[in-house]
Amino acid sequence: MKKIMTGNEAIAYGAYMNGVRVGSAYPGTPSTEILESFAGYPHVFAEWAPNEKVALDVGIGAAYAGTRAMVAMKHVGVNVAADSLFYVVYTGLKGGLVIVTADDPNMHSSQNEQDNRNYAKFAKLPMLEPSDSEEAKQFVGLALEMSEKFDTPVMLRSVTRLSHSSSPVEVSKEGPPLPPEDLPLYERNIQKYVMVPANARLRHPLIEARLKKLAEYAETLPVNRIEPGDDTLGIIAAGAAYQYAREVFPEATFLKLGMVYPLPEKMIRKFAAGVEKILVVEELDPFFEEQIRLMGIEVRGKDVFPVIGELTPNLIRKYTAKAGLLGENSYKNKVAATDSNPDILPIRPPMLCPGCGHRGLFHVLREADVVVFGDIGCYALGAAPPLSAVHTCGCMGASVGVAHGVSKAGVQDRIVAVIGDSTFFHAGIHPLINTLYNGSSVTTIITDNSITAMTGHQQHPGTGITLQKQQTKAVNLEQLVRGIGFEKIDTCDPYDLDNLSQVLEDHLASEQPSVIIAKRSCVLYTREKDEPPQVDPEECTDCGTCLELGCSPLLQEEGYVRIDPLLCNGCGLCIQVCPVGAITRE
Amino acid sequence: MKKFDFILAGVGGQGTILASNILAEVGLELGYEVKKSEILGMAQRGGTVESHVRWGEKVYSPLVEEGEVDFLLGFEMLEAGRWSSFLKEESKVIINRYQIPPPAVNLGKAKYPKEKEIESLLKATAGEVIWVDALKTAQDLGNPAVAGVVLLGVLSTQVGGSTEIWQKVVERLVPVKFQELNRKAFQMGRQVTTTEKI
Repeated sequence: MKKIMTGNEAIAYGAYMNGVRVGSAYPGTPSTEILESFAGYPHVFAEWAPNEKVALDVGIGAAYAGTRAMVAMKHVGVNVAADSLFYVVYTGLKGGLVIVTADDPNMHSSQNEQDNRNYAKFAKLPMLEPSDSEEAKQFVGLALEMSEKFDTPVMLRSVTRLSHSSSPVEVSKEGPPLPPEDLPLYERNIQKYVMVPANARLRHPLIEARLKKLAEYAETLPVNRIEPGDDTLGIIAAGAAYQYAREVFPEATFLKLGMVYPLPEKMIRKFAAGVEKILVVEELDPFFEEQIRLMGIEVRGKDVFPVIGELTPNLIRKYTAKAGLLGENSYKNKVAATDSNPDILPIRPPMLCPGCGHRGLFHVLREADVVVFGDIGCYALGAAPPLSAVHTCGCMGASVGVAHGVSKAGVQDRIVAVIGDSTFFHAGIHPLINTLYNGSSVTTIITDNSITAMTGHQQHPGTGITLQKQQTKAVNLEQLVRGIGFEKIDTCDPYDLDNLSQVLEDHLASEQPSVIIAKRSCVLYTREKDEPPQVDPEECTDCGTCLELGCSPLLQEEGYVRIDPLLCNGCGLCIQVCPVGAITRE
Repeated sequence: MKKFDFILAGVGGQGTILASNILAEVGLELGYEVKKSEILGMAQRGGTVESHVRWGEKVYSPLVEEGEVDFLLGFEMLEAGRWSSFLKEESKVIINRYQIPPPAVNLGKAKYPKEKEIESLLKATAGEVIWVDALKTAQDLGNPAVAGVVLLGVLSTQVGGSTEIWQKVVERLVPVKFQELNRKAFQMGRQVTTTEKI
């Protein structure tokens, strides 16, 4: 039977069907739904870890114990987990371990578009890349098999267009074999698993030898295959780019790579000998191209395609036509007759939701004229006009350390760090310890909406609920901060603008490092609403103060502002900021 | 075997994703290979949602190409307007007569385009533009959330295929307690086109 699944659902299904029993991840677009989907299968343990490094260590532990495990993260999550990635390549493992990296070419929802195929080469481990959901399911099985056969973790690379695309997957009526009833003993092996220098030196030659064996294995793997066609053009591609290239060049000969590292050199040479010219179609970095050129094989690649952004069939058509690899007519017939985004269509950027607690915080921060060192989450939208109240945003947890650095560099401005609750658990605790230890007067504001909102409302250590919906002990933010040693801590409601403003002024005036917890649950999660207020058009002076909140239900009419009651959440911030009292609730 | 390329365009929260899921399942039931791709990263925060659905004997790319769209389903007028470059002479556009002003319009810094302007933009390439008061129909049924299913009802009359299959998939993909409501919404959509084609 066939079922339509997203790439992420297919990865989860593949993991389940191949006996993965432990899954760990931190949410991150486009990877989030992998663990959410996996968590719903029977006889598996699935968790949200506080960050990707913890998730990977958990997966490694399960694999050391002989259980098949999966960890999943977005591309930048691998940066966080990289320290663990590099040691597990050395130690190897006992049960299969698949590490999923979901890359985001075009940065649909990310701060960069790093190409994580480079991690396979860098950390010296094999990587597979499926090109549709059916392959995603199958490749998880292959990854686990390879992991156990070669005593190595295996990475599985997805991209947004695989993770969030859907296609049919063959599903079986039967589930996987049930877990063994007898619990095994942990197999102790100090030389293999304790990476002190003396042991690690013994492991490194094994890793290099393993890579050579894996390259040999790649020659025989059916997921690397030559698809015969017209011999005037040979195309080498993997993943989503393979599908796009197939669409544009239905007649060409293809080398379809399912394993993107290490590469099957003999197969590539055989392929090269059978075609007149070779085109490498890959998104982002010239990862295949450079390796194939080093084999002494002439190819075209990044002289045709950009190293920036996603490819699409349209773009492949455009660039290959320009390079003389595709008939000019075949391109022109497909090109638009009209401008794809004419001026009459105003853009629609994402913005903070009506009723969002972050809005009250950013309004107060803007009014106080402070420099705001921000972080990753919905509240990065505080940088968008008209709020324009976030001044840096780099990666998870950066806010607190950057603010400390700015303060030590010495500036006249008043400064704060703003970090969300889930991001604080992820990477904010260590820099906060640093501000106390190394003595800066920075005020850190934890903007606490009690959920991981941006990625679609995932639980975290502060919510008291696990991924598999079990009740658990919630970490109390205020107690945690007090436990570190902070003495000046205030928790307040960002809906109460006057109070928040007073608390902020008090903290900014203080010489000691301090923490404000601005606590208001995400309204998109709680679905709580209050009565929408109304604007009296007679009283409204059209001064635009309320519009500066950047709240979508506030609509500019001729000479006054109106509130759309369907969109309004009833938070009442506009009532508080209106200088003439024209906005009231009945 | 024919191929069908669909694009569904709307704003977060409008039910675009549910509609594209239904459309993909219908394609599978009708015996096509199906692929679907959507971008929804920031959609819940009022951003745009775009969904590509493709039916065919063999489908490689999950993305529809420019100049290849057979049906554009616009859940919101402005969002429909953005896809004019993907249309061709044979394209049909089914568009919900509903405006959600983006922030620049709210702030008085940009104008929401007139219905006529959007129509002429789409008509520059597409052969047919069908306006539907789907939101009003849904509100009359008591729930604005089913506007997307009204649009699917309209679409089904243009695409063809067994009504039973469409109906069955709609009912399978919506929560049990909303099955009756969605069945009605789909039926209303099917009647809209036959009587009120503009």
